[in-house]
Amino acid sequence: MQTKRMTFSNSWLPYALLAPQVIVTLIFFIWPASQALYQSFLRQDIFGLRTTFVWFDNFSRLFADPLYLNSLKVTFWFSVGTTVLSMSVALLFAVMVNRMIRSRDSYTTFLVWPYAVAPAIAGVLWWFIFNPSIGIMPYMLKGFGYDWNHRSSSTDAMILVIIAAAWKQISYNFLFFLAGLQSIPQSLIEAAAIDGASRFKRFWTIVFPLLSPITFFLMVVNVVYAMFDTFGVIHATTEGGPAQATNILVYKVYRDGFVNLNLGSSAAQSVILMAIVIVLTVIQFRYIERRVNY
Amino acid sequence: MASITMDNLGKVYTGNVRAVSDVNIDIADGEMIVLVGPSGCGKSTLLRMVAGLETITEGTLKIGDRVVNQLEPADRDIAMVFQNYALYPHMTVFNNLAYGLKNRGFKKDEIDRRVREAAAMLEIGQFLDRKPRQLSGGQRQRVAMGRALVREPAAFLFDEPLSNLDAKLRVQMRVEIRQLQKRLGTTSLYVTHDQLEALTMADRLVVLNGGRIEQIGTPMEVYLRPATTFVAGFIGSPAMNMLPAAYLRGLVAADALAHMPVAADLVGLRPEDLSLAPAGEGEIALTGQLMLLEPAGAESHLHLTFEGIRDTIVARLPDVPDVQEGSHLTFSIKRDKLHPFDQARGKRVA
Amino acid sequence: MVENNRWGNLFAHLVLILGVTIVVFPVYVAIIASTHPPGTFIRGVMPLLPGPNAIENYRIVITEGRSRAGTPPIGGMLWNSFVMAMAITIGKLSISLLSAFAIVYFRFPFRIFFFWIIFLTLMLPVEVRIVPTFQVVADLGMLNSFAGLSIPLIASATATFLFRQFFMTVPEELMEAARVDGAGPMKFFKDILMPLSITNIAALFVIMFIYGWNQYLWPLLITTDPEYYTIVMGIQRMVTGGDSEPLWHLVMATVVLAALPPILVILFMQRLFVKGLTETEK
Repeated sequence: MQTKRMTFSNSWLPYALLAPQVIVTLIFFIWPASQALYQSFLRQDIFGLRTTFVWFDNFSRLFADPLYLNSLKVTFWFSVGTTVLSMSVALLFAVMVNRMIRSRDSYTTFLVWPYAVAPAIAGVLWWFIFNPSIGIMPYMLKGFGYDWNHRSSSTDAMILVIIAAAWKQISYNFLFFLAGLQSIPQSLIEAAAIDGASRFKRFWTIVFPLLSPITFFLMVVNVVYAMFDTFGVIHATTEGGPAQATNILVYKVYRDGFVNLNLGSSAAQSVILMAIVIVLTVIQFRYIERRVNY
Repeated sequence: MASITMDNLGKVYTGNVRAVSDVNIDIADGEMIVLVGPSGCGKSTLLRMVAGLETITEGTLKIGDRVVNQLEPADRDIAMVFQNYALYPHMTVFNNLAYGLKNRGFKKDEIDRRVREAAAMLEIGQFLDRKPRQLSGGQRQRVAMGRALVREPAAFLFDEPLSNLDAKLRVQMRVEIRQLQKRLGTTSLYVTHDQLEALTMADRLVVLNGGRIEQIGTPMEVYLRPATTFVAGFIGSPAMNMLPAAYLRGLVAADALAHMPVAADLVGLRPEDLSLAPAGEGEIALTGQLMLLEPAGAESHLHLTFEGIRDTIVARLPDVPDVQEGSHLTFSIKRDKLHPFDQARGKRVA
Repeated sequence: MVENNRWGNLFAHLVLILGVTIVVFPVYVAIIASTHPPGTFIRGVMPLLPGPNAIENYRIVITEGRSRAGTPPIGGMLWNSFVMAMAITIGKLSISLLSAFAIVYFRFPFRIFFFWIIFLTLMLPVEVRIVPTFQVVADLGMLNSFAGLSIPLIASATATFLFRQFFMTVPEELMEAARVDGAGPMKFFKDILMPLSITNIAALFVIMFIYGWNQYLWPLLITTDPEYYTIVMGIQRMVTGGDSEPLWHLVMATVVLAALPPILVILFMQRLFVKGLTETEK
């Protein structure tokens, strides 16, 4: 890893400069993470009196537990739904805004601020809009003959949390797509036009392929977001229900740890989640490295 | 003010990469030495070793009577002008000049006096409140000079200070820097890759190649008697032509080249020493075919091919002759203008 | 130039106006709902035009809160959110600046090792190691305190990477010139590097402030004392506190107040925000 070609020589100063960051990391990141790893091999009896070392039993129990398998499935569909919905909407907006010259900044202003809204608040807002008794959406859907109720229907509940989570993420994706579109040299588009490609064809054969690094990057970021940053959306609205239909992994870790007090299982779930994050982060970084060499 | 003595200086980077070897240069007090060479020849590394920005791994460096090998740049009593000027972008011109003095604990009115003096000398007095980005390239260059001036150091170090300027400004600043240096009489070490800059500015110039010194001498010494084939090719534009001695020997009577040492198997001819006048006493004649005539206003460059010689031979004439491309022309050159080299060793012989 | 045609532009405007409407709609609804009297929400569908009760609703949430449901007045929660967000932001920025400086401008044993320790934090979001982290904070006696709310969240690999990347682009010669000018490491950091980083600092400030303000799970666990409730988590207490339908007019007034500060930050610092966001991740 690089430094400047010339560096300061001082034997203790760099350690002093790193100390605050490293101490916080050790106490609040590395230590708890290793605790999670350790606890994932332990099981407490129901009174919390005795702790036994159970090797991988917590893990094997998890993967035999239909509730956990369900949670994996739910998380998968939730992540895919959120990612696809927010990225496709954001790409559409970015392409349209990129055409604009004078109104570009005004549209951008309107499209970026949902980023500032906390996931929990996003959840509450959409929960209100879709409220079965007074919400505007169920009222309108009734006009189409659909009886919306996310309190009883698993599908409705999933759609609700996906919309809430995707809504908040549109800003982020939009800004990256717009930046990507603006970095495509106009001369390439012009060359394609001279080569006789229609506007539609230009988009799919020139613009979209050139956006693919950003698209890939955003896919990873959105999956990470959907898996780990959406606790608030679930907790403030469906609380995992109805019937476990929206019980995503991070929410389940919290429930099993703090509500059901099943520490061993919660720790094992933490470890699995950490493994997932590590894989996603490595993918993301390989991508960043590639871009640097670009 | 002080002399600078480099005694067997060398630089080896970690991983055994050698950048500079066996450099011996004595710079007299007030002298302007120019280090010149192609990129990667070690000239910047050498300068940065003198500045204290690179550690010295071999040899000793003295500024004045002090050995400074281990000293921090700030303690070496030198000032440096960087290639990209390295002006602090967030500081005004005044503060850029004053920063080094402030760090050294100068009194406020002394700082003020020195900055205004230097600014006046460089004619940047009216820009003192501006930020570097509000200045033109030439003005930035002056600020960078000013930052060196205010310190009144023992030596100035210049690291290709003119390479970011356009051609016209470069000539102008070249003259100004040289005049200023002569007036102040400050010992200076100047790095450039431009041989013309080196010839025009130096008291003595040092030609470097591959981390070693090829030749040290006054501009005219180096120009008139290049010590190596490398120097011969690097100093002077267009570059010196090289012909195998055997080719010349085949052209002229044996005694015409009798003055050349036997070891000389390569002969250099400066383009400007070739003339279209008929060969007279003490001159030899060469015939080649004109491939291209480049008129350049006050002079012209003629690109020629000589039979049996792969390289193009260039002649530089002080006018534009009335000749046809494709025609055969006969040139003359004084015998004592031939530069004899030993090709294998790359060295001048006699 | 590949010109845009007029119909295409019209179509694009239509799409965008529709899009903006959908994006803005939830917050519009919240603002409208916060202006209605409680009775509006008992019958029929929610209103789409403003009601008469705005001042009354906001007065209630700001000064009284809903003591029955265990939520204190909003004034205090807003203040707590502000303190937490600022502490996290300033903490993150300072420790990241210092460690990036160490990593870029020094060579020392174990440099790579420390870099990896910092890098690891990127892989361990608080949500995935929530139980043991909570235990550490509890063991340190940091529950119900601003220290507990902020310090565990201030380690930031992202900010460290951004500053590292930025420092790498600072011309080498500036540091060399500063050294020739007699500046030591900390003087260089203070006089040259910090002023040069100011735009980056400001851009990250926006991102970090929003991150800090929007914390939800963490304050939910760390605070049991209403004294330390933050506004974002307070809303959840209001929504679920009680068996009946939430008091939507008050909930929405709270939502508006909770969302307002970060939205204002984004709107007023849009350029910095966009820069901070797109450059952090690149």
